[in-house]
Amino acid sequence: MKNQSNTQSYPARRKLLIGCFMTITVLLLWRAIDLHVISNDFLRDHGDSRSLRVVGIHAHRGMIVDRNHEPLAISTPVATVGAAPREILTEETGVSRLADVLAIDAGYLKQLLRDRVGRDFIYLKRHITPDQSDIIRSLSIRGVHLQREFKRYYPAGEVTSHLIGFTNVDDEGQEGLELAYDEWLKGSPGLKRVLKDSLGRTVQNIESIQSSEPGKQLVLSIDRRVQYLAYRELAAAVSKHKAKGGSLVMLDAKTGEVMALVGQPSYNPNNRSGLKGEQYRNRAVTDVFEPGSTVKPFTIAAALTSGIYGLDSRIDTSPGYLLVNDHPIREDNNHNYGNIDLARIISKSSNVGASKIALSLGPERIWNMFSSFGLGHITGSGYPGESAGIFSHYQSWSEIDLATIAFGHGIAVTTLQLTQAYSILAADGLLRPVSFLKLDEPVAGRRVLPAIIASQIKSMLEAAAGVDGTGNRAKVAGYRVAGKTGTAHKPTIGGYAVDRYRSLFAGFAPVSDPRLVLVVMIDEPQGSQHYGGQVAAPVFSHVMKGALRILNVPPDDLGSIHGQVIMAQVKSNYNQDLK
Amino acid sequence: MKYFLIFLIAIAVFISAIEVVVAQHSVRKLFVEIQELEKKYDELNDSWGRLQLEQSTWATDDRIEIRARTELGMIEPGADSLKLLMQ
Repeated sequence: MKNQSNTQSYPARRKLLIGCFMTITVLLLWRAIDLHVISNDFLRDHGDSRSLRVVGIHAHRGMIVDRNHEPLAISTPVATVGAAPREILTEETGVSRLADVLAIDAGYLKQLLRDRVGRDFIYLKRHITPDQSDIIRSLSIRGVHLQREFKRYYPAGEVTSHLIGFTNVDDEGQEGLELAYDEWLKGSPGLKRVLKDSLGRTVQNIESIQSSEPGKQLVLSIDRRVQYLAYRELAAAVSKHKAKGGSLVMLDAKTGEVMALVGQPSYNPNNRSGLKGEQYRNRAVTDVFEPGSTVKPFTIAAALTSGIYGLDSRIDTSPGYLLVNDHPIREDNNHNYGNIDLARIISKSSNVGASKIALSLGPERIWNMFSSFGLGHITGSGYPGESAGIFSHYQSWSEIDLATIAFGHGIAVTTLQLTQAYSILAADGLLRPVSFLKLDEPVAGRRVLPAIIASQIKSMLEAAAGVDGTGNRAKVAGYRVAGKTGTAHKPTIGGYAVDRYRSLFAGFAPVSDPRLVLVVMIDEPQGSQHYGGQVAAPVFSHVMKGALRILNVPPDDLGSIHGQVIMAQVKSNYNQDLK
Repeated sequence: MKYFLIFLIAIAVFISAIEVVVAQHSVRKLFVEIQELEKKYDELNDSWGRLQLEQSTWATDDRIEIRARTELGMIEPGADSLKLLMQ
């Protein structure tokens, strides 16, 4: 009896249950339709408002510093305004408020956004000021977000502008050392996965996929103080003589490091609007000019190396001009120096003397010596766009070419090349590559000239900068200086311009143990003064004086400052106290 | 014996499950901490860069020279005013 189940059927209950289930099913179906069809937009927006993105981690660009680690180029974070055009246009008032803050016309901004409605992202304005970014952040306009970018600032401004160059708005090097060492400076960006909200702001970092590597610091060889001094003096000279421009390079004679490199006209790298090509061209490295009399020491070096000439050889330069294939070669101001030795050819800067020597030595010897001094070669500095100058092979030289090349016409060099050439004389015949970076280890150098000959030429150059020489105004009290003046006529169509010059002075100090090599070039000085000895030599004097003092180079000509020297007797344990 | 081992393993599984939760929680906590420290690091780095920039700008040779000459009336001593000490 217990096993008999009650199989009475209750159709009402069955129908009720089925009805309930059907209702639930219909409700679910309705909900499904509702979600997928009717509220699709609404829900998609909500989904967008929580989104997972992979973004780049910006790598901090390395700082550029001088040899004493004073900053010369620093990256600072700035805000950039980015936008999703579709989203901003949904809110009309947002557009006008944005236009107000960014100081753009509201109508123009609306049109801009409408034109780019298809894009997910556009830049509105890059590198805005901190005040503007604060306002925009507080406005919280839909579709507008602020991105962190970096802008490069140059504390030394126009003083180092030619040397360092600049970066573009994407923080990539464009000119100068910023370009040459871009790989070193820029580091490598990283990647991370983040959660973003509807305004595009990152609300949470999920994971770091790849960490970013910051760029490395670039330590330059220049001394900011010497650079500033050189810039100031060159600018003063260019202004005083109303010249078209000028350039100046100073090298360390013992290492080949660049101590200063400046040019005029210059520009402010922090504000480059309205920049003209002639302002940001680095003249010292890219502009070539005829070196004129400054190459006479190289001609004399060729004479001494050949063994044909010696210190007591004499050249007859009368009557003060020389005819080479019916072309006259004259001295400046039609002087006649008579029968002179090699030293006097340099100290008086005799064109006839130099030509006669070159003609007797022949083109091959002259070409070899000039080439050893670096003419026709780049200096190995690594600066982008450096020129190797103009120096043709001797097989194409005619007799008159040989005669004029002896005193620096018919060839062209850059200021940097000429400075390196004189550094060979300063370093007793050793050629070292030019370095824009600070060097920690000594550089061996390659011998291109016997030390004894370099020493003899140093003496000749010291005389040329002495009381009797054309470079007298290059003197520095307390130090022995050596150098050569140059006054080159500028070439023009069909020959040389009669009254347009380049004033040059190339030299080094102190002569007893040369530390610094300096070349000054002034382009087209106006007025009565145009000789290298008048225009460029004083610049040499001021810059060299200041540089020797800043770099603590002891004076080697105490005799000339006799009244100011106090010889002190030092107790022997003083040095111990210093340690 | 068998049931005892099964019981032990069950306990072990249970404990390891708890450990998973604990580990995950501490991962999240540490991650948040890392985020905060990295943010602070970035901010300090930016601040340092700005300060260096500010210092360089104030100490520009040009500016110092102009102020020294105009406001403080300083001059470069002439060669006659200098005395050299040799040791």
